[in-house]
Amino acid sequence: MTMVDPDGGSTRRPGKPLLELCDLRKHFPIRQGALFQRTVGQAKAVDGVSLTIRRGETLGLVGESGCGKSTIGRCILKLEEPTSGKILFDGADTAGFDRQDTAAFRRRVQAIFQDPFSSLNPRMKVEDIVGEPLLVHGVEREHSAIAARVRRLLDVCGLSAGLADRYPHEMSGGQRQRVGIARALALRPDLIICDEAVSALDVSIQAQIIRLLEDLRDEFDLTYLFIGHDLSVVRHICHRVAVMYLGKLVELSDCDRLFETPQHPYTKALLSAVPVPDPEIEERREHQVLTGEIPSPTNPPSGCVFHTRCPLADADCRSVVPELKTVGPDHAAACLKIDQRITEPA
Amino acid sequence: MTQEAVLDRAGAAPRRSSGWARFASLILADKKALVGLVILSLFVVAAVLGPVLSPYDPNAMDFDMIVGPSWTHPLGTDDLGRDLLSRLIVGTQISLFVGVSTVAIALVLGVGLGVLAGYLGGWVDHVIMRYIDLQWAFPNFIIAVYLVAVLGTGLVNVIVAISLAFVDDFARIARSMVLSIKEEQYIAAARTVGVSDFRIMWRHILPNATAPIIVQATVSVSYAILGEASLSFLGLGVEAATPTWGLILSESRSFISRAWWLGIFPGLAIMLTVLSINFLGDALRDFLDVREGRGI
Repeated sequence: MTMVDPDGGSTRRPGKPLLELCDLRKHFPIRQGALFQRTVGQAKAVDGVSLTIRRGETLGLVGESGCGKSTIGRCILKLEEPTSGKILFDGADTAGFDRQDTAAFRRRVQAIFQDPFSSLNPRMKVEDIVGEPLLVHGVEREHSAIAARVRRLLDVCGLSAGLADRYPHEMSGGQRQRVGIARALALRPDLIICDEAVSALDVSIQAQIIRLLEDLRDEFDLTYLFIGHDLSVVRHICHRVAVMYLGKLVELSDCDRLFETPQHPYTKALLSAVPVPDPEIEERREHQVLTGEIPSPTNPPSGCVFHTRCPLADADCRSVVPELKTVGPDHAAACLKIDQRITEPA
Repeated sequence: MTQEAVLDRAGAAPRRSSGWARFASLILADKKALVGLVILSLFVVAAVLGPVLSPYDPNAMDFDMIVGPSWTHPLGTDDLGRDLLSRLIVGTQISLFVGVSTVAIALVLGVGLGVLAGYLGGWVDHVIMRYIDLQWAFPNFIIAVYLVAVLGTGLVNVIVAISLAFVDDFARIARSMVLSIKEEQYIAAARTVGVSDFRIMWRHILPNATAPIIVQATVSVSYAILGEASLSFLGLGVEAATPTWGLILSESRSFISRAWWLGIFPGLAIMLTVLSINFLGDALRDFLDVREGRGI
């Protein structure tokens, strides 16, 4: 492939951490009053998440809407300033980046957004959208060179070169999402944050886009943070999966192990909500339905944040905050009840 | 372009016709807009060809004082025997020039301030918007009168005064557009790509904020023409010798009972211009509303 430059592979060592989140917190102040604003509370969108994304892997980040998974993505992309905690990219703290570092960081970390209808500027042609990263980073200066690279990128993403002078509204949702992917690929990044990248698409288009993402991952040695709520999609594409609930990580595991032997009661409930495409199994299997609403992140429950909806919760859960503990190889969960089950031989 | 690309283009689905072509067909279908376009074109032609068309020197006096419309003086003469048609044609030049130039200045200043306030937020927003609020508290015309009183009369000062008076309208519209566009995903995408703030404002926000700004601009042109006429009527406009519509109207007051044509014709000129611009503005607004993001 013409896009791969010969020394591109040398910096990529699979398995080593590419991105590390250390006790990341993002609290949004809730202000009241029009003239003299005062902060009346904090919405704890992300509340102490530590996570490592390894080079070459695809890490899934799942949870209900409002659990803070997209906020993590926005913090990594430096669209939000974390309240506390560190984000280490290739060992360097992204908070301490100056202009030059940030520009270099932007070249290596890109994003694919959820809504292909709003993530493309309606007043720009496809060529300008995909070519803009090349232009602003000075990768190519000649208009003709940019145009040629844009056409190659479109080709890589399965779009005909003839679409280059179209406007986004002249294309279908799937085509638009491919344009978004081409834009993310333009700078040949190491890490791509896929924020619900397929959630807004039809199921048939979803499959095509996921296949494209997989092909590109293999072809360009990409690392993905795949933020999503569709568990079957996540299971298909991810190597490891992190489950979030109310700003906290509740379970982190190898993908297959998570789906086969989920440990945290929240993960179990999430998995049991995924329909099985077989009416007989669907009939027989046990459903664990969560009752109640997800509590407000402004005023999260004490102790384990999940205790208000957890079938196993007892008095301890209301007061003790569970730590993320190893429960198996490459598998950690944050639940007090798991410790008991492991220590008490049953 | 390569052979392959040409073939690809040929194979692509048919493109929609360009924005201008669709706007033209919309105007042809809209009777009001068509009337507005015809009337405004007549005034523009009169302004451009002014010296060629005027039958007399606008300031040449004659002993035919206060005579009604006739073959020699199609719109009659005033108290000094000056030909009203010739004076109105010169007035057209000034009115249209003032209308367009004041709006151009107000648009650049106001949109610039509004975009900065909306995009940067924080104290920049506070400083700019408190000034805009201050200006908002007074009617535009009062501000224009005040500025002319400070700056003095004359064409340039009138243009400066009226344009500054209109800055707040543009700033408000631009800021509110920026505030909503700023939250769009494509702005986050641009920031992720590493696009500079200036380029985001210029290439991503402004092109998406044009529709209401263009509509406001057309409305403002007619208000600016009215404003110039009003200032001239009050004796605060361009120099006394210059025949502007407002000044002619103002001078006609003394003869209102004897010479109806002196009041009617300049008034009609003002009304027709403002009306035709508003008709066109309405069509433009309809056009920009139904459109889904295609530039003109």
